[in-house]
Parts: sequence; C-alpha cells; structure tokens
Amino acid sequence: MTDTETFEPIIIGFTCNWCSYRAADLAGTARVKYAPNVRLIRLMCSGRLDPTFVLKALSGGADGVMITGCHPGECHYLEQNYKALRRYMLLKRTLAQLGIEPGRVKLVWASAAEGVHLAAEITKLVEEIRALGPLNWPTAGDGTFPGELGVEMNTHEEVAA
Amino acid sequence: MSGNNGSGKPKFAMYWAASCGGCEIAVLNIHEKILDVDANFEVVFWPVAMDAKYKDVEAMPDGSILLTLFNGAIRNSENKHMAEVLRKKSQILVAFGSCANEGCMPALANLSSKQDLYDTVYDTISTENPDGVRPQTKWEVPEGELEIPEFYPVVRTLDQVVPVDYYIPGCPPESHQIAAVIDLVIQVLQGKAELPPAGSVIGAGTSTVCDECERTRNIKHIKEFTRIQNIEVDPELCLLEQGILCSGPATRSGCNALCPQAGAPCIGCYGPADDALDFGARLMSAVASVIDSKDPEEIDRILDGIPDPAGSFYRFNLAGSLLRASKSAWFGNGK
Repeated sequence: MTDTETFEPIIIGFTCNWCSYRAADLAGTARVKYAPNVRLIRLMCSGRLDPTFVLKALSGGADGVMITGCHPGECHYLEQNYKALRRYMLLKRTLAQLGIEPGRVKLVWASAAEGVHLAAEITKLVEEIRALGPLNWPTAGDGTFPGELGVEMNTHEEVAA
Repeated sequence: MSGNNGSGKPKFAMYWAASCGGCEIAVLNIHEKILDVDANFEVVFWPVAMDAKYKDVEAMPDGSILLTLFNGAIRNSENKHMAEVLRKKSQILVAFGSCANEGCMPALANLSSKQDLYDTVYDTISTENPDGVRPQTKWEVPEGELEIPEFYPVVRTLDQVVPVDYYIPGCPPESHQIAAVIDLVIQVLQGKAELPPAGSVIGAGTSTVCDECERTRNIKHIKEFTRIQNIEVDPELCLLEQGILCSGPATRSGCNALCPQAGAPCIGCYGPADDALDFGARLMSAVASVIDSKDPEEIDRILDGIPDPAGSFYRFNLAGSLLRASKSAWFGNGK
C-alpha cells in the first residue's frame, strides 16, 4: 500500500452546470487555491447523476467521488437536486454493504457564488480520503489481480470488442 | 459450418458449473422440441443427462463440439478448468442462464470474505470440527495424493474467465425462448438463417420487463416500501407504485413479465436491460427517483423499508456488476 504521506488520492467530482461548476470556475478566477486531486466532470444538473457514474469511477481506479449540486430549493430544474440526494442516500447504503467506507462518496451543495466554500470542501475531502488510504479496487489498473485469483480480469467490454 | 466429424450430426454439449440444475430442467421443459435436438445433434457431453468423463471431453479435437450451453458461475478451479476446456472444444460457447451471465445466487457470496464463508459452513454450532479444519486442495492418503478444487474468494461470470459467443439470460431461461434459440440454430445448420452477431444476447428482448408488464402505470409517489404479504395488492396497478420493490425498470424483457402478472414483484433474473451497464445502479436510480420526499430524515425512514439494498439490487447481478464483489471478498477480512 502507498504510504499515507505520499498518497495522492484521485477524486472524481461531478458538478452541476448552473451552480457548482460555476463555483469551481469562480474559485479559479478568484485564484482560490484548492487541492489538485479532483477531476471535475460537468453535468447539466446533479439530477443527471446516475449511480452508475459513481460505481464506474470507483471500479475504474478513483479513491473517492464528490457529487455537487445546487442548494435545496435552488435547482435550475426545480427539484432534481432532491432526486440526487435520494440516489446518493440509497447508493451509500448499498456501498456500505460492499465495504466501501462512507467517507469516500460525498454530497456537497454549492451555489455559483460559493467558490471559496467549494474549494474548502474539496480540500477537506482530499484530506479525509488521504487518511482512508487508496481504494485500489481490483477491477482497476492493468487488469491483473495480485491476490489468490491470480488471473486476468477481462471486462464485459473487452470480451465484446 | 463443421463440427460433425464422426456420427455425421453436429455435436452438442451442456455443462453445469456453480449452479442449481434449474437450467437443465428448463432445457428439458421445451417438451417435444427436445426430440429436434436429438434429431439434429449428437449429444457428446451433458453430465446431468448422460455419463461422460472430463477426460473424454479433454481428448476431443479442438473445435469439435458445435454448440455448448454452459450454465453456472465460476466458483472454483474445477469450474474454471471446464470453462477453458469447453471453450477450446466448442465452436459456439453460450453463457446459458443467469449464473453464467452475471453470477446469480452463487455470486451473492461475493458480499462475504472466503474466511467468513468457511466459518459459516465449517464452524457452526452443529459442526464437529475441534481442530478448525478447512478444506485442503491436496491431501496425502496411503493410496496417494487426493486433490479437490480450489475455492476462489470471488465468484466470476463465464465471460470473466473465457471469451463467450452468445448470452442467454434468465433464471432459468424461459422454455419458449430456449426453443426459439434451438429452432434458430437448426435453421442455421440447414442454411436457412444467419447467426446473430457474436456477443449478442439471444433468447430475450432488449427492453425492460416494465415494457412487457400490463399493469397500469401512473406517476409514482412512494412514501413507504412494503412487501406483498403486508398489503392487499391491487391486481391492476404497477407494483412499484404500490410500494413493492420491483426490479422491472432495470430488468431485460423476454419473460413476458411473468412475476408481476402473477402479483409478485420482478426480482431481476433476466439481468440488465440492453443499455444498463450496472443493473443495481440502474435500479437504485429508478427507485430513489420515485421516493416522494425532500427531507433527509424522512428519506432515511423510507429507505429503511429496503432492509438489504445490496441483496435486493444485486440479487442476480453482483458478479456481473461494476464492483463485482465486496471489499472483504476481494481482499479478505484483513483489509
């Protein structure tokens, strides 16, 4: 396992076009510093967040996932952020049964004006996940699993190709 | 298409790995159509129906079996060995049934570590095992060395072990779908039809069970999840709308919505619909969407009505899902 001191977590961040993506933009133009570990992906709305995206990130090598959206009551599409909240809450219960620490997936509300708040949340999550250590899900990486299976781990897509 | 060396008829095989035997019953359930199988194929290997040894299959020339229906998941080294042997010997290898496609019930063991599974089986209150002996893959006896298959920590699907040509989903596949596939293969043999593109799911639809379900659907507002034994189920209305966790929105069509039509919720045995990458994620997405609350505390209370989310959303699909297994199954209890 990578030493916690030198381990740089990879975090996939899903942002909403109307709030958190602009908050990240604002943080950038205002030169607010935040940890470079997060890779932001822009969605039109947090309601677009299919739990598949989170599972794909974790199974593909991410150490954590940050889901961001407009504050409750402020959704550009009326109430899709509540849908994101419900999916997040259900997904967390399932992930817990699969042994994934609750701290690895986080939901944060951030308006377009909250660049500083978003930057602080990102930095906080990076430190929390650094403390948890790498996830190293066996389906990620070069396709070999060093454990007892000792076999190549093809995926459905590779077989179809 | 060859594969008919010897008797003149093309060769057929069916094998069970980690499975229950239901797939074999489903094949016999095609009734008189089984005579067409016999008329058109020479059955060379089918452990549940005839006597044949592994060494007989191992001795066959590569590619000499035209069609192999492989049911069952890959639980141990014996399953893996036979998957590799049958891949080599078969021109067309079909993942037959939910276990071979996506893990099914055997893969629910992927929620637990190998150590916990062994403890459950070999360390119960009714087990006489004072030394805590666990299965050994090799054992010396006066007559020589005995070997039993190695138990893998993670159950895999067939195509996670060898390349697969076609997929027939279902637990078990519906008999009318099996009969249709057999008809198709016979027509291909007679030059009257073409095989579908390699990698296709055959003997099933592409849409969802909801699309085949005749129950009335309205906009759903779920305030509470329940089970069919707790309420008087409306015979016409969508089951999910009545608060019954139904897997219809994520499950591949092909069964004619048998369970919902009979008043029981779909449990997802036909696997993910064509465009669903992860069955459980698709279903979680659908189910969470229709919960009628904006208050985290109330949402939590409503979600308590689903006491086993991983078991409910991945009942048939854990090995075929994106994460495939729990952390403890992958890494053991140490991590």
